[in-house]
Amino acid sequence: MSELKSGSNLEKVLKAGHFAFTGECGPPKGANVEHLKEKFSFLKGNVDAVNVTDNQTAVVRMSSWAASAMMVQSGLEPNYQMVCRDRNRLAMMSDILGAYSLGIRNMLCLSGDHQKFGNHPQSKNVYDIDSIQLIAMVKKMRDEGKFLNDEAIDVAPKMFIGAAANPFADPAEYRVIRMANKIEAGADFIQTQCIYNMEKFREFMKRAVDMGLHEKAYILAGVTPMKSVGMAKYMASSVPGMEVPESLIKRLQGAGKGKATEEGVKFAIEQIQEFKEMKGVAGVHLMAIEWEHKVPELAERAGMLPRPKVD
Amino acid sequence: MIVADRKPINEILWMVGDCKKILVLGCKGCVTVCNAGGMKEVGILASILKIARKKEGNPIEVEEKTLERQCDPEYVEQLRDTYKNYDAVVSMACGVGPQFLSAAYPDQKFFPAVNTTFFGGAVAHGIWSERCAGCGTCIIHYFDGMCPIARCSKSIQHGPCGGSSKGKCEIAPDVDCIWDMIVRKKTEQGRLDDLLMVRAAKDWRTSAHGGPRKSIREELTK
Repeated sequence: MSELKSGSNLEKVLKAGHFAFTGECGPPKGANVEHLKEKFSFLKGNVDAVNVTDNQTAVVRMSSWAASAMMVQSGLEPNYQMVCRDRNRLAMMSDILGAYSLGIRNMLCLSGDHQKFGNHPQSKNVYDIDSIQLIAMVKKMRDEGKFLNDEAIDVAPKMFIGAAANPFADPAEYRVIRMANKIEAGADFIQTQCIYNMEKFREFMKRAVDMGLHEKAYILAGVTPMKSVGMAKYMASSVPGMEVPESLIKRLQGAGKGKATEEGVKFAIEQIQEFKEMKGVAGVHLMAIEWEHKVPELAERAGMLPRPKVD
Repeated sequence: MIVADRKPINEILWMVGDCKKILVLGCKGCVTVCNAGGMKEVGILASILKIARKKEGNPIEVEEKTLERQCDPEYVEQLRDTYKNYDAVVSMACGVGPQFLSAAYPDQKFFPAVNTTFFGGAVAHGIWSERCAGCGTCIIHYFDGMCPIARCSKSIQHGPCGGSSKGKCEIAPDVDCIWDMIVRKKTEQGRLDDLLMVRAAKDWRTSAHGGPRKSIREELTK
């Protein structure tokens, strides 16, 4: 990791050895630019980069590249998410070129939720390539300056390449291996699924460190504060690949009426404190879903401010 | 085999709404094996149609016949002398049947009585399951005889995705995660290393994405 691969802020922060802090922002279900910009205002200065989701949960929203480009204009750094569900390789490469041209420098490569979950379950899915092949493709475009078909690119897009890892999906013992596969394909950084089962995550990280994966890619631990007991129960029962221990649900319940939200925030902050000390963890990815206005407070209370400036 | 399910009866009744005399034509191939369009199902459908139409006060005459196969001109030719005796022919073969019939007899109407679903087999009595997507380039030898193209909801070549939970796919609790099965088998057999590689993007030209396909066996065409 000697020279900068993309020159993105996130890359610089990580390379300089700072504990990174990334946020997340879902584009609007419409062209409500004002609302989007209002969300930007809560994130600006409080995180190093912001994931811009791509039709998350297979619900149609403003395109992630357009929202990312607006973010660039607003002086905030996007982490442009791209899923394999909605585009074939032509559209993907074309969007990557477009995104890079608009100043986007980080990309998170994902399979994407199946369209069955979304608001157009009748649609045809694409999956021309999968997330690991997407990572390899973005790397090839960046490092070799070639399209997937080996044709030369006239000015290659230099992206800092991200991938997701879910330490809680099954088969559990395979999860670190799959993350290693993504890193081998070219992922520069990893953002994990929301972590609630700390014990299981500690084991996951221990294995990752034993394999030396933390030296090959930056691993950012995923945090989503629980807003309520209801949210915790829903995530425990209805979100595939999500693991919420009973002890956490009890803790939120035990906080008393009207205090579950604060207890959820406290848990998230405790997690962040532990991640700062955990070997192999290079940062935290805060997914405050539809809770962007809470990010300044969370960043402050977790001791993540001010964010480093690296030239 | 090709698996099919009979269409809802109302849809078939709608197709033959204007007809007074029809032929229900079965096939002794795949649809017989999957109990969708063989001789037995032809008899059942003919009876249902007659009863339904009689109830409407608009009786319909229905004849029954089952060909050896409907995907072979040799057998399709067997209708040459009789196909004009009907207002329409309802084919219970897979989607191939009505098309071969339409091509052979352009002046007759052929309606499909089944929805052709997939290439698969019977996993239990009365239950069929998909196994092949007909992508034209078989890769199951890499995955211990299990096909992620046909059996993974996302057709990914590097799985399982983050939605795999307790051996099931994220799309429904009754759908097995094929990648969970592949990883478990490789693990049990100590061959997990087979999966530790980045596979090249699949060439879909041999699949339906490359346009309608044709298979030419030179030695048979002479």
